[in-house]
Amino acid sequence: MDFSLTEEQRLLQESVQRFVQDSYSFEQRRTLMAQPDGFSRDTWAQFAEMGWLALPFEEADGGLGGGPVDTLVMLEALGEGLVVEPLMATVLLAGRALACGGDEAQKARWLAPVLEGRLLAALAAYERRGRHTPGWVETRAARIGERWRLDGEKAAVLHGECADLLLVSARTAGSPGEPKGISLFAVPADSDGLSRTPWQTIDGLRACELTLEAVMLPADALIGEQDAGLALIEAVLDEAAAAQCAEAVGAMAALTRITAEYLRQRKQFGQPLAAFQVLQHRIADMFMETERSRSLAVLAALHARSEDVATRQRAVSAAKVQAGRSGRFVGQQAVQLHGGIGISDELSVGHYFKRLTALDARLGSADWHLARFAAQPTRG
Amino acid sequence: MDLQFSAEERAFQQDVREFLASELTPELKRAVRLTPTVFVEKDIADEWHARLNRRGWLAPLWPRQYGGAEWTPVQQFIYESEAARAGAPTTIPMGVRMVGPVIIRFGSEAQKAHYLPRILSGEDTWCQGYSEPGSGSDLASLKTRAEPDGEDYRVNGTKLWTTHAHYANRIFCLVRTSSEGRPQAGISFLLIDMDAPGISVTPIRSLSGDHEVNQVFFDNVRVPQANRIGDEGQGWTCAKFLLEHERGGVFSHRLMAMVQALRHLMVDTADGESALSEDPHWRERLAALEVRVLSLEVTEMRVLSRLKAGEPPGAESSMLKIEWSELQQALTELAMDIAGPYAQFFEPGRPLYALAGHTLGDERLASIPPEYLNTRAATIFAGTNEIQRNIIARLVLGA
Repeated sequence: MDFSLTEEQRLLQESVQRFVQDSYSFEQRRTLMAQPDGFSRDTWAQFAEMGWLALPFEEADGGLGGGPVDTLVMLEALGEGLVVEPLMATVLLAGRALACGGDEAQKARWLAPVLEGRLLAALAAYERRGRHTPGWVETRAARIGERWRLDGEKAAVLHGECADLLLVSARTAGSPGEPKGISLFAVPADSDGLSRTPWQTIDGLRACELTLEAVMLPADALIGEQDAGLALIEAVLDEAAAAQCAEAVGAMAALTRITAEYLRQRKQFGQPLAAFQVLQHRIADMFMETERSRSLAVLAALHARSEDVATRQRAVSAAKVQAGRSGRFVGQQAVQLHGGIGISDELSVGHYFKRLTALDARLGSADWHLARFAAQPTRG
Repeated sequence: MDLQFSAEERAFQQDVREFLASELTPELKRAVRLTPTVFVEKDIADEWHARLNRRGWLAPLWPRQYGGAEWTPVQQFIYESEAARAGAPTTIPMGVRMVGPVIIRFGSEAQKAHYLPRILSGEDTWCQGYSEPGSGSDLASLKTRAEPDGEDYRVNGTKLWTTHAHYANRIFCLVRTSSEGRPQAGISFLLIDMDAPGISVTPIRSLSGDHEVNQVFFDNVRVPQANRIGDEGQGWTCAKFLLEHERGGVFSHRLMAMVQALRHLMVDTADGESALSEDPHWRERLAALEVRVLSLEVTEMRVLSRLKAGEPPGAESSMLKIEWSELQQALTELAMDIAGPYAQFFEPGRPLYALAGHTLGDERLASIPPEYLNTRAATIFAGTNEIQRNIIARLVLGA
């Protein structure tokens, strides 16, 4: 039993923290977000140079051989900076799906450039009617001779707008909701019949709705096993959700620190706000919510690649429930404790609040994960 | 980071399992299940303490030279986890976990030689004299006086909420030996025999009808000055040391055992055609608490691993107190809701495990309401949760 970081993890943590401190101030972030893609390609190239895009991949795939705990360390530190780069979409979702499901040729073609920062990819696993459930797939993929034909609509594709490659789940058999019969396809963004309706997220990211109308793909567009794609997709979503919980912890810790600082400085009735017990208790609760989430984010990371699917789902769902609930509490209280200025867009506080709110809506909400956690068979 | 135990730790875990398999009798287990109070009754405690003591495990944190086991934080975690899963009694802390460590840390050689073996043998049963009618959270304002009288002190005053004073033959007390300077500076730590003339004990019945706590009165009680631990005026230091001992610990596995018991209760509770356990509403209510218990388990491990590395636990030790007490309350509240119409059922007989039969058939229903009622105390004792939040805020605000 050991919760300490290795020397390598400590160095990674320091370098990400230093990056956030030096290059990701609130003002700098505004400039980055004003770029056409909603983030800076230069910063993305910097991420690649630092090796962050290669962190969670096997050395054989050109990665650094990092595991979910390394990802946790990186995401927690990036969470403090409210980064807007498509790390989640390209690396942790699409990248991991390619790494776990792709064959050598597919990895050479698509994963290698992801690691180098030359290709942006996104995972289109959700549909409007399926909400947070990746098993609800209406989009169909039909085999036409040597090719696949895809028709359907995918929803809330994170960073799908700027992606060069979209990994799309489609039904090759069965009906919506059935776990069997789902397959994953690599769809180049410039494919005929593919159209995107871009939208912005409240926390400064980009997303899109995706429509596929008679999109024709070669046989080797199939990633992983035909009809058995759901297991792959769920594994990838769980590992990414674990990482996202770490990101939420980083944001919560920063927000609690910023709020504590404000309580020390702001004076009313002739004394600092920090002198009022009702506010002291609120900040104590913010601290506790953050630590609750931190504990489960660690547990989720430790089980994120577990072979035992029930163990993985249990830990990830617990973490996601807690991060969702705590994130809401910490965000709302930070705004409340800042008073009027808390609702201004000029202050970082509101942006942390929006990030935490959006994180709960991605990769399964707290409610969705609570239902999954509650549905697990009784143990012991 | 990893959650794995070392080979030695796994061997220890095996020892604990074997110990529990041979020593934890069905009668003891049943008594634990049907204990609605904070601590088990004295007969159950005495039997369990004796079994632990024979194995050398009654005082896991004491140094070996005093008969302790000197467990590492991880061993402690393993024992607590296995004991909770098996449904073993918790040890009564007043002797082993409270006054014992204070005597070891601040007592004289003579005091150690006299008192420590008696704690282990069960010859002495201790109670704690801290709170007073006018001094709850503001403990340093306590008024029970000890005035020098030759070789002795004369003690006058009263102590409140004294758990098991009706069983104890000794009490450790915070008393005022001076009213000069800061209130904390005039406090001393005294060991007093409960059979000394001038001591009287009045029972206090709790909401549930249980008798666990008391008020203790001191009327010109003569106590040898040799019974003082440490110097005069050092009592507050001893008290703080003790509170920190009281605050640490491993609780999540007991809570997880409660989660498990509620799961079974939901399976056994019919609601029309099906059981409560088949209804997502009830499953999710339990799941929401189970998530929190899981989180607490990891927080406890994080604190233990910090202690193992010789670092102070920080704000998390106050957080642990808040977490386990609030979760315990939430779980007993859910039990009440599961009990439905029987949440209002009152069983006057005590102890519950000694009753011949149970009115409602299912004996679990008899302990749910009193457990819920008694658990209201959890957020009040050992430093109220409001005081704990003050402590956390002070650390977070850096003020």
